[in-house]
Amino acid sequence: MELDSLSRRLIDRFQHGMPLCAEPYRAMAEALGCEEAEVLAGLQRLDRAGCLSRVGPVFEHSRAGASTLVALAVPPARLEAVAACVNGYPEVNHNYLREHHYNLWFVLTGPDRAHLDRILTQIEAETGLAPLDLPMRSAYRIDLGFPLEVAS
Amino acid sequence: MIAPLDDRQALQLRRLLEAGLPLAARPYARLAEQLGATEDAVLEQVRQWSDDGLFRRMGLVLKHRALGFRANAMLVLDVPDDRVDAVGQQLGQAPGVNLCYQRPRRLPQWRYNLFCMIHGRERADVVERIERLLAEHGLDGLPHQLLFSTRAFKQCGGRYAPPQPQEPQEPQQVIAHG
Repeated sequence: MELDSLSRRLIDRFQHGMPLCAEPYRAMAEALGCEEAEVLAGLQRLDRAGCLSRVGPVFEHSRAGASTLVALAVPPARLEAVAACVNGYPEVNHNYLREHHYNLWFVLTGPDRAHLDRILTQIEAETGLAPLDLPMRSAYRIDLGFPLEVAS
Repeated sequence: MIAPLDDRQALQLRRLLEAGLPLAARPYARLAEQLGATEDAVLEQVRQWSDDGLFRRMGLVLKHRALGFRANAMLVLDVPDDRVDAVGQQLGQAPGVNLCYQRPRRLPQWRYNLFCMIHGRERADVVERIERLLAEHGLDGLPHQLLFSTRAFKQCGGRYAPPQPQEPQEPQQVIAHG
């Protein structure tokens, strides 16, 4: 997507933080020197273009519950079916195909570790594939922001 | 004095926040309507969670593929256990490394214990950046692999709150996210 100037400014300014108040979009507009309606229209354009996952909090997994990275080695012929099965769980996010023998990689999140264990058991039973369960041990960097100068 | 949310409302609010704020003026008032609560009570709860460190950050959550970051590599390294913290901290501070985590090995299937995400527009450029990064840090002798993602089957935020089967699965929103 070719980003318009307002979308670019919204991303640069507010991907790492935004005001927590009753009228956050108005506060964002004031910070950028434009109208609230323009901010909302800009966010809706990003959303329609598929660039925006959402606006709001990213939960800290160690505080918000449990999470783990899971990999499956899926025979290529079964890829669509297994990916659809995995995607069917609301606990699954960021499900990617990667170039490796372990080719399906996804993050599993839930209220606690026991919940994740149940989902892993179910996925193994449904797919007949043994998941690699790779929970985080230490985080050395967590930065989900993307500098747009690299993208443009 | 603001009447606080009850436990059920607080749980429902977490599920709504995980799906994202409505893209409409006074988004917390919209959420409050769905909970049968006041805007003030919702804001108070969200501020409390924010103060308690429940959020890593709050802002625009982007889909990097749609923004042109199509070459996304997961670099995995097999680092001796006594060096993994030091190497993790080194790589974690390197420019262009978005995430750097230590994870357990699962032998014999999986030997790698350090994971870095590196994003870029062109695959060749990402490969070159990673080779340079490893060489600069004297890590090119460690066993490692690059796993490029070739397709996103799903990309959305984590759903940590326990499911509430009696609630509608997809909350009504002005704009649906995810």
